[in-house]
Amino acid sequence: MMKKVEAIIKPFKLDDVKEALNAIGIQGMTVSEVKGYGRQKGHKEVYRGAEYVVDFIPKIKIEIVVAENLLDQVVAKIREAAYTGKIGDGKIFVTPVEQAVRLRTGETGTDAI
Amino acid sequence: MIKRWWVGCLFGMTGIGCMLAAPSAWAADAALNSGDTAWMIVSTALVMMMTPAGLALFYGGMSRYKNLLNTLAMTFVAYCLASVVWVMWGYSLAFGPDKGGIIGGLDFFFFAGITPASLEGTIPTNVFALFQMTFACITVALVLGSIVDRMKFSAWVIFTVLWVTFVYCPIAHWVWGKGWMASMGALDFAGGTVVHINAGVAGLVLALVLGKRIGFGKEAMFPSSIALTALGAALLWFGWFGFNAGSALVADGLAGSAFLVTNTSAAAAALAWMFTEWRINKKPTVLGIASGVVAGLVAITPAAGFVGLGSSILIGIAAGVLGFFSVARLKLKLGYDDSLDAFGVHGMCGTLGALATGLFADPAVNAAGTGLFFGNPMQIVIQLVSILATAVFTAVATLVLIYLTKALTGGLRVEEENERIGLDSAVHGERAFEIE
Repeated sequence: MMKKVEAIIKPFKLDDVKEALNAIGIQGMTVSEVKGYGRQKGHKEVYRGAEYVVDFIPKIKIEIVVAENLLDQVVAKIREAAYTGKIGDGKIFVTPVEQAVRLRTGETGTDAI
Repeated sequence: MIKRWWVGCLFGMTGIGCMLAAPSAWAADAALNSGDTAWMIVSTALVMMMTPAGLALFYGGMSRYKNLLNTLAMTFVAYCLASVVWVMWGYSLAFGPDKGGIIGGLDFFFFAGITPASLEGTIPTNVFALFQMTFACITVALVLGSIVDRMKFSAWVIFTVLWVTFVYCPIAHWVWGKGWMASMGALDFAGGTVVHINAGVAGLVLALVLGKRIGFGKEAMFPSSIALTALGAALLWFGWFGFNAGSALVADGLAGSAFLVTNTSAAAAALAWMFTEWRINKKPTVLGIASGVVAGLVAITPAAGFVGLGSSILIGIAAGVLGFFSVARLKLKLGYDDSLDAFGVHGMCGTLGALATGLFADPAVNAAGTGLFFGNPMQIVIQLVSILATAVFTAVATLVLIYLTKALTGGLRVEEENERIGLDSAVHGERAFEIE
């Protein structure tokens, strides 16, 4: 069984998270630059008296598919590496994955990740 | 020394407040001075840079990303159109032989009769005319600060030609071309009324007729680049030394004094705006510092050749604080959409400067001007009359020209869809940056 871990983190924490995952043998990840907001909300910018609230804050989304037995360790490592204790640290979502295929070799399942 | 003596005598005898008003009266017996000529050629080039470089970046950086190039284009064509209008009939209307104090005659149409040997004071007439041209160019370009993001390009082209001809030239004549304001003794060294009040009021009228931008007050309208705006402000500041110190029309101590108070006022105003904003909005923004520089430069412009160093600090501080409240409070309270604050900065701080000249003009700096604080209370009345006359004439004449433009171009405003898409793409088919 495989699980997908999606972690929304602060952009400057990406390198820490990557190194922490490499250290436990995770060999790949997909990263995107995303924008969004949660409890952190946006921030206010004022240009010559005109106030604009910037709702969407830049974040990094990491997607990793892992074998189920590694899941708890991966989630713990991401949390540890991306943690600052301040509002806006991010979230981790875990979903089941039905299949994975490595294009080059045709391997499937956990062999492909 | 001799030159200073007869320059002083001239002002004493004529009592005419404006330095620019005097020269042709004694042009016949003056000789060309190569130092003055060199300085005025350099000053002209400095002021030229203020429009297609300084103002274009200052305004372009403040307009939205989708309209950055449109703002640059409007600034560039304003410079080009005003240049051509000026050499055709503009210079003659402003500086031709006086007709009843109101306007100059067309004797110098297309520089008729002006040869390389013609002199205006101690400099060639063609240099004087070119220096004045750069003022006409920047004044009309300043107007567009009120109306970026929504005016039709064709309407701007027509409006520029009409406005330079029928608004700028008469007012320049009144103040600097031996017109009625000069005779009255109004003090305007480098263009508080002619340039800044004139452009600020015209911008406000145009903004009111055009109406607000779609989404004004509801959608976020982010400046495309505060970095460009800051660079533009720096280029304006640099060019302003030609604008103000060059308005002495000679390379002498008065030019140096104008240079000194110009820089001091700009710096004091930038700090005043920054500290006011820092205190009220909790952040010292770069846009605020850059805007403060311009506010201080505007306010010292009419006063540059008349006031001393201490006064220039006071004028700068007042301009920084007034500028901040004009754009951050007054505009919101009155609800007009002066997009980049041509009225808030140029109209308001120009008025402040014109009044301050009537208060702080120090005869020890320039014998031609004595303000209230140096024993001449009438000067402030004369300044008030010149401010009101400029504002009223500009407002009415601009309104007439706006409706004339509207009739000629079938509407002033871009189509709603184009306003949403952005004028860079809709009008010019280009984009400012390719960022990946």
